[in-house]
Amino acid sequence: MNANNEVLLRVEDLKMHFPIYRGVFQRQVGAVRAVDGVTFDVYRGETLGLVGESGCGKSTTGRTILQLYKPTAGNVYFEGKNLVKLKGEEMRQMRRKMQMIFQDPYASLNPRMTVGQLVGEPLMVHNVASGAEIAERVAHLLELVNLNPAFASRYPHEFSGGQRQRIGVARALALNPSFIICDEPISALDVSIQAQVVNLLEDLQEQFNLTYLFIAHDLSMVRHISKRVAVMYLGVFVELADRDELYANPLHPYTQALLSAVPIPDPIADAKRKRTILEGDVPSPANPPSGCRFRTRCPIAQPQCAESRPEFREIQPGHFVACHLVN
Amino acid sequence: MPDTILDVQGLETVFKTPDGTIHAVNGVSFNLKEGETLGVVGESGCGKSVTMLSVLGLIPNPPGKVIAGSAKFAGRDLLKMSNDEIRQVRGAQISMIFQDPMTSLNPVLTIGRQLEEPLMLHLGMSKKQASERAAELLSMVGIPNAKERLKDYPHQYSGGMRQRVMIAMALSCSPQILIADEPTTALDVTIQAQIMDLVKRLRQELGMAVIWITHDLGVVAGLAQRVIVMYGGFIIEEAQVHELYANPTHPYTIGLLGSLPRLDAKERTRLYSIEGLPPVLYQKPNACPFAPRCKWAMERCWKENPALEPVAPEHRVACWVDTKTGRPRS
Ligand SMILES: Nc1ncnc2c1ncn2[C@@H]1O[C@H](COP(=O)(O)OP(=O)(O)OP(=O)(O)O)[C@@H](O)[C@H]1O
Ligand SMILES: Nc1ncnc2c1ncn2[C@@H]1O[C@H](COP(=O)(O)OP(=O)(O)OP(=O)(O)O)[C@@H](O)[C@H]1O
Ligand code: SF4
Ligand code: SF4
Ligand SMILES: [Mg+2]
Ligand SMILES: [Mg+2]
Repeated sequence: MNANNEVLLRVEDLKMHFPIYRGVFQRQVGAVRAVDGVTFDVYRGETLGLVGESGCGKSTTGRTILQLYKPTAGNVYFEGKNLVKLKGEEMRQMRRKMQMIFQDPYASLNPRMTVGQLVGEPLMVHNVASGAEIAERVAHLLELVNLNPAFASRYPHEFSGGQRQRIGVARALALNPSFIICDEPISALDVSIQAQVVNLLEDLQEQFNLTYLFIAHDLSMVRHISKRVAVMYLGVFVELADRDELYANPLHPYTQALLSAVPIPDPIADAKRKRTILEGDVPSPANPPSGCRFRTRCPIAQPQCAESRPEFREIQPGHFVACHLVN
Repeated sequence: MPDTILDVQGLETVFKTPDGTIHAVNGVSFNLKEGETLGVVGESGCGKSVTMLSVLGLIPNPPGKVIAGSAKFAGRDLLKMSNDEIRQVRGAQISMIFQDPMTSLNPVLTIGRQLEEPLMLHLGMSKKQASERAAELLSMVGIPNAKERLKDYPHQYSGGMRQRVMIAMALSCSPQILIADEPTTALDVTIQAQIMDLVKRLRQELGMAVIWITHDLGVVAGLAQRVIVMYGGFIIEEAQVHELYANPTHPYTIGLLGSLPRLDAKERTRLYSIEGLPPVLYQKPNACPFAPRCKWAMERCWKENPALEPVAPEHRVACWVDTKTGRPRS
């Protein structure tokens, strides 16, 4: 389906386990299996949406791809190079091409730096510009995200949430990255401001051929912005497909339940829908169920689901599912 | 038509802060019918919570003060009641679920203890009766092994379970009105669906009226019969739910609905975006509070604040312009 497309990022069986220590000797007694074996590609110029409930491992997946955590296992190829094996200068060069925009526009900007310093900092750290050049580049970046360049001397607290998020976007763009992980970039914003930021991200993508991994729990927004969408549950991918295919023809029972739970802002359309209400809560990632991780809440679970873990397979071209009962 | 059980008129609430007076609620009037579910929507800071807290006498004073209005419940004005009287009403006839479940549950008391106390206090139950009823309430809101789980502390429950405990607590004395302030905002969609399902079921079983505050227009579409839209401390539109979604009329409501991507959208279009920012409320506006962001704004909008006027049966809007034609309303 994406045969003509260039693979920008390839993630292979990536795992990130956080150790749990107990007792006076701080012995390791277990691990939080935050990401437990995910495999997928991201194509150049696309937006891959990543959805799933709180704690399922979305942020950890993003951070581990960027090597902000050292992966427990697996490989991450970016433009063909395995990031897991890169060191020193080579890694530094790669870092320039990959950036992250964070969920909380209040916490993610250093309050003691001016907007100009915040946006210009990556340029200095990577020695790509100096002096007047920086000021020029900062002014240009601020214009790109629809902020007045005169704001460069102000501090983050003087801005609204949406404006701060745009400062974060300008900072992420400073080094001309090709890949940006957007970790819930609009969740903390008001509804009327969310559309402003999403439209901006779309415009910039078109202008610079950016590739996004867009993490969110708002399935309507993910549908709007993504080309393909992946669904995560308890550290693993359960489904991945083209956006329209996934929303029209979800195959995994979890995806089906998740989509049926999303409220639609239209009382007539909403009343016509069938709801699958899942029972119970998400189990702990420190002690996930055997076999299929979804089996404790799955409405159609069978005995075999407790025995072996369903493989994440390509059921139709470009449509991947991990479920024993899907053929 | 069912009887009105709560009638709020001309409510105004302010907060005195070092930076000046915040006009949080600026003359809000609405009513609630028996057994009805009323949705209250609007973005952060528009005055949704303060409106309901004012009605229940829960505004911290200082810095806050209800400076005008009335709130008639069962023939009496809640705003004129003594502290003891209003506390009685709050415990038994009107109950509220607050925005953050962790701050409204006491972390050092067991869930059982927190459920039992109001039952003993307001309904005069014995410890044993209260404990049995508490277990019933917990299983009613879908918590398995209710009897055992009464012994747990709040941190041993997940976010969704804590929110269900809050609902159990709010329902414990069979209130006539339940006010729920963003009870699902912090929760995942699958848990949100569980809670909405629960509230719909209980509303039918218990016949209570519900006020549901949220910024999610999707949630309101699935739950409410009538909707109030707030902006800058005012109600700017009010209608039956079908009418509001079919004929949004105030420029802000139109923008809000247009800025939402829809799960059932046929094709992908650019999102409509309302430019500018929500208002700062240091002055009581003498113009339309939406004027700085409104693409229909005309001269009059900057001079006079429009009142809420009927535009169709049971549909009221506060706007000088007829957004269908783009011409001034006569
Ligand atoms: N640094 C860490 N140390 C230990 N455990 C962690 C760490 N970071 C995340 N976790 C755990 O890993 C799991 C996945 O967390 P993660 O933040 O990736 O979830 P998420 O899908 O991004 O959730 P949310 O939607 O709430 O942001 C959670 O159980 C979390 O508690
Ligand atoms: N204790 C307080 N002191 C000062 N100002 C307050 C206080 N409580 C509320 N306000 C102000 O009153 C206004 C209305 O707040 P309110 O909490 O009603 O908003 P809301 O619509 O419930 O928003 P949200 O969706 O964020 O909960 C805001 O401008 C807020 O800053
Ligand atoms: S493998 Fe079994 S438990 Fe898992 S989703 Fe499929 S049917 Fe449900
Ligand atoms: S009164 Fe004027 S400014 Fe206010 S919403 Fe209507 S058209 Fe816009
Ligand atoms: Mg996260
Ligand atoms: Mg509130």
